[in-house]
Amino acid sequence: MMDNASMAQAPADVEYEVVIGLEVHAQLLTKSKMFCRCSASYIAAGPNENTCPVCLGMPGVLPVMNEEAIRDTVLTGIALECTIPEVSKFDRKNYFYADLPKGYQISQFDQPLTIDGTLRFMVDGREVSCGIERVHLEEDAGTLHHLGTGIHSSHASLVDFNRAGVPLMEIVGRPDLRTPKEAREYVSTLRKILMFIGVNDGNLEEGSMRCDANISLRPKGSTELGAKVEIKNMNSFRSIERALEHEIQRQTALLRRGETIPQETRGWIDPENRTVSQRSKEQAHDYRYFPDPDLPALSISRELVEELRKRLPELPAAMQSRFVTSYGISDYEAGVLTQERDEAATFEEIVKRGVDPVLAARWCIGDLAKLAKETKTAIADSGLGIEGAAELLKLLHDGTINGATAKALAEELYEAGGSPAALVAERGLGKVSDRSAVETMCQEAIAGNQKAVDDFRGGKEAALQSLVGAVMKASRGRADASLVREVLTKLLSS
Amino acid sequence: MECMTLTGEEIDHIAELARLHLSSEDRERMVEQLSAILDHVARIQAADLSSVSETMHMGEEVNRWRRDEVLPSLSVDSALANAPDSDGHYFKVEAIQEEQS
Repeated sequence: MMDNASMAQAPADVEYEVVIGLEVHAQLLTKSKMFCRCSASYIAAGPNENTCPVCLGMPGVLPVMNEEAIRDTVLTGIALECTIPEVSKFDRKNYFYADLPKGYQISQFDQPLTIDGTLRFMVDGREVSCGIERVHLEEDAGTLHHLGTGIHSSHASLVDFNRAGVPLMEIVGRPDLRTPKEAREYVSTLRKILMFIGVNDGNLEEGSMRCDANISLRPKGSTELGAKVEIKNMNSFRSIERALEHEIQRQTALLRRGETIPQETRGWIDPENRTVSQRSKEQAHDYRYFPDPDLPALSISRELVEELRKRLPELPAAMQSRFVTSYGISDYEAGVLTQERDEAATFEEIVKRGVDPVLAARWCIGDLAKLAKETKTAIADSGLGIEGAAELLKLLHDGTINGATAKALAEELYEAGGSPAALVAERGLGKVSDRSAVETMCQEAIAGNQKAVDDFRGGKEAALQSLVGAVMKASRGRADASLVREVLTKLLSS
Repeated sequence: MECMTLTGEEIDHIAELARLHLSSEDRERMVEQLSAILDHVARIQAADLSSVSETMHMGEEVNRWRRDEVLPSLSVDSALANAPDSDGHYFKVEAIQEEQS
Protein backbone atom coordinates (compact mmCIF):
# COMPACT_ATOMS: atom_id res chain seq x y z
CA MET A 1 0.00 0.00 0.00
CA MET A 2 2.88 2.33 -0.73
CA ASP A 3 1.92 5.39 -2.73
CA ASN A 4 5.46 6.61 -3.04
CA ALA A 5 8.09 4.44 -4.65
CA SER A 6 10.90 5.80 -2.56
CA MET A 7 9.07 5.03 0.70
CA ALA A 8 9.09 1.35 -0.20
CA GLN A 9 12.86 1.34 -0.09
CA ALA A 10 15.40 1.82 2.60
CA PRO A 11 17.44 4.99 1.91
CA ALA A 12 20.40 2.83 0.93
CA ASP A 13 18.53 1.53 -2.12
CA VAL A 14 17.20 4.83 -3.43
CA GLU A 15 18.59 5.90 -6.79
CA TYR A 16 19.30 9.61 -6.95
CA GLU A 17 19.14 12.03 -9.83
CA VAL A 18 21.70 14.83 -9.90
CA VAL A 19 20.58 18.39 -10.68
CA ILE A 20 23.25 20.97 -11.55
CA GLY A 21 22.95 24.64 -12.46
CA LEU A 22 25.96 26.87 -13.16
CA GLU A 23 26.63 30.54 -12.61
CA VAL A 24 29.49 31.90 -14.66
CA HIS A 25 31.04 35.32 -14.08
CA ALA A 26 32.98 36.75 -17.01
CA GLN A 27 34.95 40.00 -17.03
CA LEU A 28 34.41 42.08 -20.13
CA LEU A 29 37.42 43.22 -22.16
CA THR A 30 36.63 46.92 -22.07
CA LYS A 31 39.45 49.43 -21.73
CA SER A 32 37.87 51.29 -18.81
CA LYS A 33 35.87 50.20 -15.77
CA MET A 34 32.09 49.89 -15.67
CA PHE A 35 31.19 53.18 -13.99
CA CYS A 36 34.40 55.25 -14.11
CA ARG A 37 37.26 55.85 -16.51
CA CYS A 38 39.98 54.04 -14.57
CA SER A 39 41.79 51.39 -16.61
CA ALA A 40 40.17 47.96 -16.39
CA SER A 41 43.43 46.06 -16.95
CA TYR A 42 44.56 45.34 -13.43
CA ILE A 43 46.86 42.32 -13.82
CA ALA A 44 50.02 44.29 -14.58
CA ALA A 45 49.20 47.34 -12.43
CA GLY A 46 50.69 47.95 -8.99
CA PRO A 47 48.27 47.82 -6.03
CA ASN A 48 45.60 50.56 -6.06
CA GLU A 49 47.08 52.31 -9.09
CA ASN A 50 43.79 52.10 -11.04
CA THR A 51 41.43 53.76 -8.58
CA CYS A 52 39.44 56.97 -8.37
CA PRO A 53 36.75 58.42 -6.09
CA VAL A 54 34.01 56.51 -8.01
CA CYS A 55 35.50 53.00 -7.74
CA LEU A 56 36.71 53.68 -4.19
CA GLY A 57 33.13 54.50 -3.16
CA MET A 58 33.80 58.05 -1.96
CA PRO A 59 30.73 60.06 -0.94
CA GLY A 60 29.13 62.37 -3.48
CA VAL A 61 30.44 60.74 -6.65
CA LEU A 62 28.33 59.86 -9.67
CA PRO A 63 28.82 56.62 -11.62
CA VAL A 64 28.36 56.78 -15.41
CA MET A 65 27.84 53.59 -17.43
CA ASN A 66 30.34 52.31 -19.98
CA GLU A 67 28.39 51.94 -23.24
CA GLU A 68 30.76 49.28 -24.57
CA ALA A 69 30.00 47.02 -21.58
CA ILE A 70 26.25 47.33 -22.24
CA ARG A 71 26.81 46.43 -25.91
CA ASP A 72 29.04 43.46 -25.02
CA THR A 73 26.40 42.08 -22.65
CA VAL A 74 23.62 42.43 -25.23
CA LEU A 75 25.90 40.78 -27.82
CA THR A 76 26.45 37.88 -25.40
CA GLY A 77 22.71 37.60 -24.90
CA ILE A 78 22.20 37.40 -28.67
CA ALA A 79 24.91 34.70 -28.98
CA LEU A 80 23.09 32.71 -26.26
CA GLU A 81 19.70 33.02 -28.01
CA CYS A 82 18.35 35.29 -25.25
CA THR A 83 15.46 37.74 -25.38
CA ILE A 84 16.62 41.36 -25.00
CA PRO A 85 13.95 43.29 -23.05
CA GLU A 86 13.44 46.90 -24.10
CA VAL A 87 13.87 48.24 -20.59
CA SER A 88 16.60 47.35 -18.13
CA LYS A 89 18.06 48.92 -15.00
CA PHE A 90 20.77 48.67 -12.38
CA ASP A 91 20.12 47.87 -8.73
CA ARG A 92 22.14 48.00 -5.54
CA LYS A 93 22.94 44.69 -3.87
CA ASN A 94 23.77 45.52 -0.27
CA TYR A 95 26.29 43.62 1.84
CA PHE A 96 29.45 44.33 3.78
CA TYR A 97 32.76 42.86 2.78
CA ALA A 98 36.21 44.43 2.73
CA ASP A 99 36.59 44.05 -1.03
CA LEU A 100 33.41 46.05 -1.67
CA PRO A 101 34.16 49.74 -1.07
CA LYS A 102 30.60 51.14 -1.23
CA GLY A 103 28.88 48.55 1.00
CA TYR A 104 26.86 47.59 -2.08
CA GLN A 105 27.56 46.16 -5.49
CA ILE A 106 25.90 47.71 -8.52
CA SER A 107 24.20 44.77 -10.18
CA GLN A 108 20.91 43.92 -11.89
CA PHE A 109 18.02 42.34 -10.03
CA ASP A 110 14.60 42.08 -11.67
CA GLN A 111 15.28 43.74 -15.03
CA PRO A 112 18.50 42.28 -16.44
CA LEU A 113 19.76 43.18 -19.92
CA THR A 114 19.03 39.72 -21.34
CA ILE A 115 16.79 36.78 -20.36
CA ASP A 116 15.68 33.28 -21.42
CA GLY A 117 18.43 31.88 -23.62
CA THR A 118 19.78 28.46 -24.49
CA LEU A 119 23.23 26.92 -24.67
CA ARG A 120 23.58 23.79 -26.83
CA PHE A 121 26.53 21.43 -26.81
CA MET A 122 27.46 17.80 -27.43
CA VAL A 123 28.26 15.25 -24.72
CA ASP A 124 29.22 11.74 -25.88
CA GLY A 125 27.56 12.26 -29.25
CA ARG A 126 24.29 13.51 -27.75
CA GLU A 127 23.06 17.11 -27.93
CA VAL A 128 22.42 18.72 -24.55
CA SER A 129 20.42 21.91 -24.37
CA CYS A 130 20.68 23.98 -21.18
CA GLY A 131 18.46 26.96 -20.45
CA ILE A 132 20.04 30.34 -19.67
CA GLU A 133 17.91 32.20 -17.16
CA ARG A 134 19.63 35.55 -17.65
CA VAL A 135 22.82 37.39 -18.49
CA HIS A 136 23.19 40.49 -16.39
CA LEU A 137 25.86 43.12 -15.92
CA GLU A 138 27.49 44.13 -12.65
CA GLU A 139 30.78 45.42 -11.26
CA ASP A 140 33.60 43.22 -9.96
CA ALA A 141 34.91 43.57 -6.39
CA GLY A 142 38.47 44.36 -5.27
CA THR A 143 40.99 41.68 -4.30
CA LEU A 144 42.05 40.70 -0.79
CA HIS A 145 45.44 39.41 0.28
CA HIS A 146 45.42 37.77 3.68
CA LEU A 147 48.41 38.34 5.89
CA GLY A 148 49.65 35.34 7.84
CA THR A 149 49.57 31.75 6.76
CA GLY A 150 45.99 31.61 5.47
CA ILE A 151 42.54 33.02 5.69
CA HIS A 152 41.86 31.29 9.03
CA SER A 153 44.95 32.33 10.89
CA SER A 154 45.51 35.77 9.40
CA HIS A 155 45.35 38.87 11.56
CA ALA A 156 44.90 41.42 8.79
CA SER A 157 44.03 41.64 5.12
CA LEU A 158 45.39 43.93 2.43
CA VAL A 159 42.95 45.35 -0.09
CA ASP A 160 43.65 46.25 -3.70
CA PHE A 161 40.79 48.04 -5.50
CA ASN A 162 42.21 47.82 -9.04
CA ARG A 163 39.64 45.15 -9.89
CA ALA A 164 36.79 46.97 -8.15
CA GLY A 165 34.42 48.28 -10.80
CA VAL A 166 35.66 46.14 -13.69
CA PRO A 167 32.60 45.19 -15.79
CA LEU A 168 31.47 41.67 -14.99
CA MET A 169 28.74 39.65 -16.70
CA GLU A 170 26.92 37.01 -14.75
CA ILE A 171 25.52 34.19 -16.89
CA VAL A 172 22.95 32.27 -14.87
CA GLY A 173 22.19 28.81 -16.24
CA ARG A 174 19.03 26.87 -15.42
CA PRO A 175 19.33 23.64 -13.39
CA ASP A 176 19.15 21.54 -16.56
CA LEU A 177 22.47 19.70 -16.22
CA ARG A 178 22.58 16.12 -14.93
CA THR A 179 26.25 15.06 -14.86
CA PRO A 180 29.64 16.63 -14.03
CA LYS A 181 30.67 15.99 -17.63
CA GLU A 182 27.71 18.03 -18.90
CA ALA A 183 28.75 20.81 -16.51
CA ARG A 184 32.28 20.76 -17.86
CA GLU A 185 31.09 20.85 -21.48
CA TYR A 186 28.67 23.68 -20.66
CA VAL A 187 31.51 25.84 -19.33
CA SER A 188 33.82 24.84 -22.18
CA THR A 189 31.20 25.72 -24.81
CA LEU A 190 30.31 28.99 -23.09
CA ARG A 191 33.97 29.94 -22.83
CA LYS A 192 34.52 29.31 -26.55
CA ILE A 193 31.52 31.47 -27.45
CA LEU A 194 32.60 34.36 -25.19
CA MET A 195 36.11 34.27 -26.67
CA PHE A 196 34.79 34.03 -30.25
CA ILE A 197 32.59 37.08 -29.88
CA GLY A 198 35.51 38.89 -28.22
CA VAL A 199 33.92 39.79 -24.88
CA ASN A 200 36.08 37.71 -22.50
CA ASP A 201 39.56 36.15 -22.52
CA GLY A 202 38.42 32.82 -21.04
CA ASN A 203 41.08 32.65 -18.34
CA LEU A 204 39.70 30.40 -15.59
CA GLU A 205 43.02 30.15 -13.74
CA GLU A 206 43.45 33.90 -13.38
CA GLY A 207 39.76 34.38 -12.63
CA SER A 208 38.68 36.59 -15.52
CA MET A 209 36.13 33.80 -15.96
CA ARG A 210 34.79 32.15 -12.77
CA CYS A 211 32.33 29.35 -12.26
CA ASP A 212 30.08 28.47 -9.30
CA ALA A 213 27.82 25.42 -9.30
CA ASN A 214 24.55 24.70 -7.54
CA ILE A 215 24.08 20.98 -7.07
CA SER A 216 21.36 18.92 -5.44
CA LEU A 217 20.24 15.29 -5.42
CA ARG A 218 16.68 14.01 -5.51
CA PRO A 219 15.17 10.52 -5.67
CA LYS A 220 14.81 9.43 -9.29
CA GLY A 221 11.38 10.29 -10.62
CA SER A 222 10.84 13.13 -8.15
CA THR A 223 10.30 16.57 -9.63
CA GLU A 224 11.06 18.54 -6.49
CA LEU A 225 14.52 20.02 -6.09
CA GLY A 226 16.59 18.79 -3.16
CA ALA A 227 18.57 21.02 -0.78
CA LYS A 228 20.92 23.11 -2.89
CA VAL A 229 24.64 23.20 -2.19
CA GLU A 230 26.72 25.90 -3.86
CA ILE A 231 30.29 24.97 -4.83
CA LYS A 232 32.90 27.69 -5.32
CA ASN A 233 36.65 27.91 -6.11
CA MET A 234 36.68 25.67 -9.17
CA ASN A 235 39.26 27.26 -11.44
CA SER A 236 39.84 24.74 -14.20
CA PHE A 237 37.68 22.46 -16.34
CA ARG A 238 39.18 19.51 -14.53
CA SER A 239 38.32 20.90 -11.11
CA ILE A 240 34.71 21.63 -12.16
CA GLU A 241 34.23 17.99 -13.11
CA ARG A 242 36.10 16.61 -10.11
CA ALA A 243 34.45 18.90 -7.55
CA LEU A 244 30.98 17.91 -8.77
CA GLU A 245 31.85 14.20 -8.81
CA HIS A 246 33.12 14.50 -5.28
CA GLU A 247 30.02 16.40 -4.17
CA ILE A 248 27.69 13.76 -5.67
CA GLN A 249 29.50 11.06 -3.68
CA ARG A 250 29.39 13.12 -0.48
CA GLN A 251 25.67 13.90 -0.77
CA THR A 252 24.76 10.34 -1.81
CA ALA A 253 26.57 8.94 1.22
CA LEU A 254 24.77 11.37 3.56
CA LEU A 255 21.34 10.60 2.06
CA ARG A 256 21.93 6.83 2.15
CA ARG A 257 22.72 7.14 5.85
CA GLY A 258 19.33 8.80 6.23
CA GLU A 259 20.82 12.25 6.93
CA THR A 260 19.59 15.48 5.38
CA ILE A 261 21.72 17.81 3.27
CA PRO A 262 22.03 21.30 4.72
CA GLN A 263 21.71 24.16 2.24
CA GLU A 264 25.15 25.79 2.27
CA THR A 265 28.12 27.08 0.32
CA ARG A 266 31.16 24.83 0.03
CA GLY A 267 34.61 25.59 -1.34
CA TRP A 268 36.56 23.15 -3.52
CA ILE A 269 40.10 22.51 -2.28
CA ASP A 270 41.76 21.16 -5.39
CA PRO A 271 44.97 19.65 -3.96
CA GLU A 272 42.98 17.82 -1.27
CA ASN A 273 40.25 16.69 -3.67
CA ARG A 274 37.40 17.66 -1.32
CA THR A 275 34.91 20.42 -0.56
CA VAL A 276 34.63 22.21 2.77
CA SER A 277 31.75 24.16 4.21
CA GLN A 278 32.17 27.93 4.06
CA ARG A 279 29.72 28.96 6.73
CA SER A 280 30.08 32.68 7.08
CA LYS A 281 29.04 34.48 10.24
CA GLU A 282 26.63 36.45 8.10
CA GLN A 283 22.98 35.55 8.59
CA ALA A 284 21.01 34.24 5.66
CA HIS A 285 21.65 36.49 2.66
CA ASP A 286 19.46 39.55 2.73
CA TYR A 287 20.72 41.85 0.01
CA ARG A 288 17.87 44.41 0.12
CA TYR A 289 18.07 45.13 -3.62
CA PHE A 290 16.70 48.46 -4.79
CA PRO A 291 17.07 50.50 -8.01
CA ASP A 292 20.29 52.52 -8.00
CA PRO A 293 19.11 56.13 -7.93
CA ASP A 294 22.41 57.30 -9.47
CA LEU A 295 21.86 55.38 -12.70
CA PRO A 296 19.01 56.22 -15.07
CA ALA A 297 17.18 53.33 -16.74
CA LEU A 298 18.37 51.68 -19.93
CA SER A 299 16.28 51.60 -23.07
CA ILE A 300 17.69 49.04 -25.48
CA SER A 301 16.47 50.02 -28.93
CA ARG A 302 15.57 47.35 -31.47
CA GLU A 303 17.99 49.08 -33.87
CA LEU A 304 20.85 48.46 -31.45
CA VAL A 305 19.84 44.79 -31.09
CA GLU A 306 19.74 44.40 -34.87
CA GLU A 307 23.07 46.16 -35.32
CA LEU A 308 24.68 43.82 -32.80
CA ARG A 309 22.97 40.77 -34.30
CA LYS A 310 24.57 41.63 -37.65
CA ARG A 311 27.96 42.03 -35.99
CA LEU A 312 27.77 38.59 -34.37
CA PRO A 313 30.54 36.45 -35.88
CA GLU A 314 30.07 32.82 -36.87
CA LEU A 315 29.87 30.89 -33.58
CA PRO A 316 32.20 27.95 -32.81
CA ALA A 317 29.58 25.19 -33.20
CA ALA A 318 28.49 26.47 -36.62
CA MET A 319 32.09 26.89 -37.70
CA GLN A 320 32.94 23.37 -36.52
CA SER A 321 30.20 21.75 -38.60
CA ARG A 322 31.06 23.94 -41.60
CA PHE A 323 34.69 22.77 -41.40
CA VAL A 324 33.52 19.15 -41.45
CA THR A 325 31.24 19.67 -44.48
CA SER A 326 33.35 22.05 -46.55
CA TYR A 327 36.81 20.64 -45.86
CA GLY A 328 36.13 16.95 -45.25
CA ILE A 329 38.06 16.90 -41.97
CA SER A 330 36.93 14.94 -38.91
CA ASP A 331 34.59 16.38 -36.29
CA TYR A 332 37.38 16.00 -33.74
CA GLU A 333 39.84 17.99 -35.87
CA ALA A 334 37.22 20.66 -36.57
CA GLY A 335 36.55 20.88 -32.81
CA VAL A 336 40.23 21.42 -32.01
CA LEU A 337 40.66 23.96 -34.83
CA THR A 338 37.69 26.02 -33.59
CA GLN A 339 38.91 26.23 -29.98
CA GLU A 340 40.07 29.75 -30.74
CA ARG A 341 38.96 32.10 -33.47
CA ASP A 342 42.46 33.19 -34.52
CA GLU A 343 43.63 29.62 -34.95
CA ALA A 344 40.54 28.71 -36.95
CA ALA A 345 41.23 31.73 -39.18
CA THR A 346 44.86 30.66 -39.67
CA PHE A 347 43.72 27.19 -40.82
CA GLU A 348 41.30 28.74 -43.32
CA GLU A 349 43.95 31.15 -44.61
CA ILE A 350 46.36 28.25 -45.23
CA VAL A 351 43.64 26.28 -47.06
CA LYS A 352 42.79 29.37 -49.14
CA ARG A 353 46.35 29.32 -50.48
CA GLY A 354 45.70 25.98 -52.15
CA VAL A 355 46.75 23.52 -49.43
CA ASP A 356 44.86 20.24 -49.08
CA PRO A 357 42.49 20.87 -46.10
CA VAL A 358 43.06 17.45 -44.52
CA LEU A 359 46.82 17.98 -44.55
CA ALA A 360 46.43 21.58 -43.32
CA ALA A 361 44.19 20.45 -40.43
CA ARG A 362 46.62 17.72 -39.40
CA TRP A 363 49.53 20.18 -39.30
CA CYS A 364 47.58 23.02 -37.68
CA ILE A 365 46.63 20.85 -34.72
CA GLY A 366 49.85 18.78 -34.82
CA ASP A 367 53.37 19.97 -35.59
CA LEU A 368 52.54 23.65 -36.10
CA ALA A 369 50.43 23.81 -32.92
CA LYS A 370 53.32 22.23 -31.04
CA LEU A 371 55.74 24.87 -32.36
CA ALA A 372 53.27 27.63 -31.49
CA LYS A 373 53.07 26.32 -27.94
CA GLU A 374 56.84 25.89 -27.54
CA THR A 375 57.70 29.33 -28.89
CA LYS A 376 54.55 31.02 -27.48
CA THR A 377 54.07 32.53 -30.95
CA ALA A 378 50.95 31.97 -33.05
CA ILE A 379 51.49 30.46 -36.50
CA ALA A 380 50.38 33.70 -38.18
CA ASP A 381 52.92 35.74 -36.18
CA SER A 382 55.83 33.30 -36.60
CA GLY A 383 58.77 33.62 -39.01
CA LEU A 384 57.15 30.90 -41.09
CA GLY A 385 53.85 32.74 -41.19
CA ILE A 386 50.71 31.73 -43.05
CA GLU A 387 52.45 32.08 -46.45
CA GLY A 388 55.41 29.94 -45.40
CA ALA A 389 53.22 27.27 -43.83
CA ALA A 390 51.11 27.07 -46.99
CA GLU A 391 54.22 26.83 -49.20
CA LEU A 392 55.72 24.12 -46.99
CA LEU A 393 52.54 22.02 -46.96
CA LYS A 394 52.20 22.31 -50.73
CA LEU A 395 55.79 20.99 -51.16
CA LEU A 396 54.88 18.13 -48.87
CA HIS A 397 51.59 17.40 -50.61
CA ASP A 398 53.02 17.35 -54.15
CA GLY A 399 55.80 14.99 -53.06
CA THR A 400 58.72 17.43 -53.45
CA ILE A 401 59.75 16.82 -49.85
CA ASN A 402 58.90 14.10 -47.37
CA GLY A 403 57.34 14.42 -43.92
CA ALA A 404 60.62 14.38 -42.01
CA THR A 405 62.06 17.20 -44.14
CA ALA A 406 58.84 19.24 -43.79
CA LYS A 407 59.01 18.89 -40.04
CA ALA A 408 62.67 19.90 -39.89
CA LEU A 409 62.01 22.92 -42.12
CA ALA A 410 59.02 24.00 -40.05
CA GLU A 411 61.16 23.89 -36.91
CA GLU A 412 63.98 25.81 -38.53
CA LEU A 413 61.86 28.49 -40.18
CA TYR A 414 59.29 28.94 -37.39
CA GLU A 415 61.48 31.48 -35.63
CA ALA A 416 64.13 32.28 -38.24
CA GLY A 417 61.74 32.96 -41.12
CA GLY A 418 62.37 32.42 -44.84
CA SER A 419 60.93 30.63 -47.81
CA PRO A 420 60.67 26.81 -47.58
CA ALA A 421 60.78 26.43 -51.39
CA ALA A 422 63.98 28.48 -51.69
CA LEU A 423 65.63 26.47 -48.92
CA VAL A 424 64.65 23.14 -50.50
CA ALA A 425 66.18 24.21 -53.81
CA GLU A 426 69.30 25.67 -52.19
CA ARG A 427 70.08 22.65 -50.04
CA GLY A 428 68.83 19.98 -52.40
CA LEU A 429 66.34 18.70 -49.87
CA GLY A 430 63.96 17.39 -52.49
CA LYS A 431 62.73 13.87 -51.95
CA VAL A 432 64.70 11.14 -53.71
CA SER A 433 62.10 9.29 -55.68
CA ASP A 434 64.21 8.35 -58.64
CA ARG A 435 63.89 4.55 -58.86
CA SER A 436 67.46 3.79 -59.89
CA ALA A 437 68.90 6.02 -57.13
CA VAL A 438 66.66 4.31 -54.57
CA GLU A 439 67.63 0.88 -55.91
CA THR A 440 71.31 1.67 -55.44
CA MET A 441 70.72 2.76 -51.85
CA CYS A 442 68.63 -0.36 -51.15
CA GLN A 443 71.33 -2.65 -52.53
CA GLU A 444 73.88 -0.98 -50.27
CA ALA A 445 71.60 -1.46 -47.29
CA ILE A 446 71.08 -5.15 -48.10
CA ALA A 447 74.83 -5.67 -48.45
CA GLY A 448 75.56 -4.00 -45.11
CA ASN A 449 72.81 -5.63 -42.96
CA GLN A 450 73.16 -9.37 -43.47
CA LYS A 451 71.39 -10.29 -40.22
CA ALA A 452 68.25 -8.32 -41.08
CA VAL A 453 68.25 -9.87 -44.55
CA ASP A 454 68.48 -13.39 -43.08
CA ASP A 455 65.75 -12.65 -40.55
CA PHE A 456 63.45 -11.37 -43.24
CA ARG A 457 64.10 -14.33 -45.50
CA GLY A 458 63.54 -16.59 -42.50
CA GLY A 459 60.00 -15.21 -42.19
CA LYS A 460 60.49 -12.29 -39.79
CA GLU A 461 58.69 -9.57 -41.70
CA ALA A 462 59.47 -6.93 -39.06
CA ALA A 463 63.11 -7.11 -40.11
CA LEU A 464 62.18 -5.16 -43.24
CA GLN A 465 61.67 -2.07 -41.11
CA SER A 466 65.29 -1.97 -39.98
CA LEU A 467 66.38 -2.10 -43.63
CA VAL A 468 64.01 0.75 -44.51
CA GLY A 469 65.49 2.65 -41.56
CA ALA A 470 69.02 2.06 -42.85
CA VAL A 471 68.11 3.48 -46.28
CA MET A 472 66.38 6.52 -44.76
CA LYS A 473 69.41 7.16 -42.58
CA ALA A 474 71.81 6.87 -45.50
CA SER A 475 69.68 9.33 -47.51
CA ARG A 476 69.39 11.70 -44.53
CA GLY A 477 65.64 11.28 -44.55
CA ARG A 478 65.18 12.29 -48.15
CA ALA A 479 64.35 8.94 -49.73
CA ASP A 480 60.71 8.28 -50.56
CA ALA A 481 59.87 5.79 -47.80
CA SER A 482 57.09 3.97 -49.64
CA LEU A 483 59.29 3.53 -52.71
CA VAL A 484 62.14 2.23 -50.50
CA ARG A 485 59.78 -0.34 -48.97
CA GLU A 486 58.57 -1.47 -52.38
CA VAL A 487 62.08 -1.77 -53.84
CA LEU A 488 63.46 -3.61 -50.79
CA THR A 489 60.60 -6.14 -50.85
CA LYS A 490 61.19 -6.75 -54.52
CA LEU A 491 64.99 -7.13 -54.18
CA LEU A 492 64.71 -9.47 -51.18
CA SER A 493 62.11 -11.77 -52.70
CA SER A 494 63.95 -12.17 -56.01
CA MET B 1 -5.93 50.83 9.02
CA GLU B 2 -3.88 48.01 10.47
CA CYS B 3 -0.73 49.11 12.28
CA MET B 4 2.60 47.54 11.33
CA THR B 5 4.64 46.66 14.37
CA LEU B 6 8.15 45.37 13.98
CA THR B 7 9.39 42.88 16.54
CA GLY B 8 12.58 43.35 18.54
CA GLU B 9 14.09 40.43 16.60
CA GLU B 10 13.40 42.15 13.30
CA ILE B 11 15.10 45.29 14.58
CA ASP B 12 18.10 43.20 15.63
CA HIS B 13 18.29 41.65 12.17
CA ILE B 14 18.17 45.04 10.44
CA ALA B 15 20.78 46.42 12.86
CA GLU B 16 23.02 43.44 12.14
CA LEU B 17 22.71 43.97 8.37
CA ALA B 18 23.60 47.66 8.82
CA ARG B 19 26.45 46.82 11.21
CA LEU B 20 24.85 48.92 13.98
CA HIS B 21 25.10 48.23 17.70
CA LEU B 22 21.89 49.31 19.40
CA SER B 23 21.44 49.85 23.12
CA SER B 24 18.18 48.58 24.57
CA GLU B 25 16.72 52.13 24.57
CA ASP B 26 17.79 52.55 20.92
CA ARG B 27 16.12 49.26 20.13
CA GLU B 28 12.86 50.39 21.77
CA ARG B 29 12.95 53.69 19.88
CA MET B 30 13.66 51.92 16.57
CA VAL B 31 10.70 49.58 17.04
CA GLU B 32 8.52 52.69 17.36
CA GLN B 33 10.08 54.80 14.60
CA LEU B 34 10.56 52.11 11.96
CA SER B 35 7.03 50.83 12.61
CA ALA B 36 5.72 54.36 12.02
CA ILE B 37 7.60 54.49 8.69
CA LEU B 38 6.07 51.18 7.65
CA ASP B 39 2.63 52.49 8.62
CA HIS B 40 3.19 55.45 6.35
CA VAL B 41 4.22 53.19 3.45
CA ALA B 42 1.17 51.03 4.11
CA ARG B 43 -1.03 54.12 3.64
CA ILE B 44 0.60 54.77 0.26
CA GLN B 45 0.17 51.14 -0.71
CA ALA B 46 -3.55 51.39 0.05
CA ALA B 47 -3.96 54.21 -2.51
CA ASP B 48 -5.42 53.36 -5.92
CA LEU B 49 -2.49 53.67 -8.32
CA SER B 50 -3.96 51.67 -11.20
CA SER B 51 -3.74 54.67 -13.51
CA VAL B 52 -0.13 55.51 -12.58
CA SER B 53 2.72 53.82 -14.44
CA GLU B 54 5.60 52.41 -12.46
CA THR B 55 8.41 54.85 -11.72
CA MET B 56 11.89 53.44 -11.86
CA HIS B 57 13.63 56.75 -11.49
CA MET B 58 12.62 60.32 -10.79
CA GLY B 59 14.06 61.48 -14.12
CA GLU B 60 12.81 60.64 -17.60
CA GLU B 61 16.32 60.34 -18.95
CA VAL B 62 17.58 56.98 -20.25
CA ASN B 63 20.92 55.63 -21.54
CA ARG B 64 23.14 58.18 -19.89
CA TRP B 65 26.31 56.38 -20.84
CA ARG B 66 29.82 57.26 -21.96
CA ARG B 67 32.42 56.05 -24.44
CA ASP B 68 34.87 53.38 -23.32
CA GLU B 69 37.99 55.46 -22.76
CA VAL B 70 40.60 55.56 -20.00
CA LEU B 71 41.53 58.67 -18.03
CA PRO B 72 44.33 58.87 -15.46
CA SER B 73 43.50 57.47 -12.02
CA LEU B 74 44.34 58.98 -8.64
CA SER B 75 47.89 58.68 -7.37
CA VAL B 76 48.22 55.82 -4.88
CA ASP B 77 49.03 58.37 -2.15
CA SER B 78 45.78 60.26 -2.79
CA ALA B 79 43.82 57.02 -2.98
CA LEU B 80 45.15 55.96 0.42
CA ALA B 81 45.01 59.45 2.01
CA ASN B 82 41.78 58.85 3.94
CA ALA B 83 42.36 55.17 4.71
CA PRO B 84 42.17 54.36 8.44
CA ASP B 85 45.12 52.03 7.94
CA SER B 86 47.40 51.08 5.09
CA ASP B 87 50.41 48.92 4.35
CA GLY B 88 52.63 49.92 1.45
CA HIS B 89 50.29 50.61 -1.44
CA TYR B 90 47.44 48.60 0.06
CA PHE B 91 44.48 49.46 2.25
CA LYS B 92 44.74 47.42 5.43
CA VAL B 93 41.71 45.98 7.22
CA GLU B 94 41.15 43.65 10.14
CA ALA B 95 41.31 39.99 9.24
CA ILE B 96 38.27 38.59 7.54
CA GLN B 97 37.33 35.45 9.36
CA GLU B 98 35.16 32.82 7.84
CA GLU B 99 34.35 29.73 9.81
CA GLN B 100 34.89 26.45 8.08
CA SER B 101 34.13 22.89 8.94
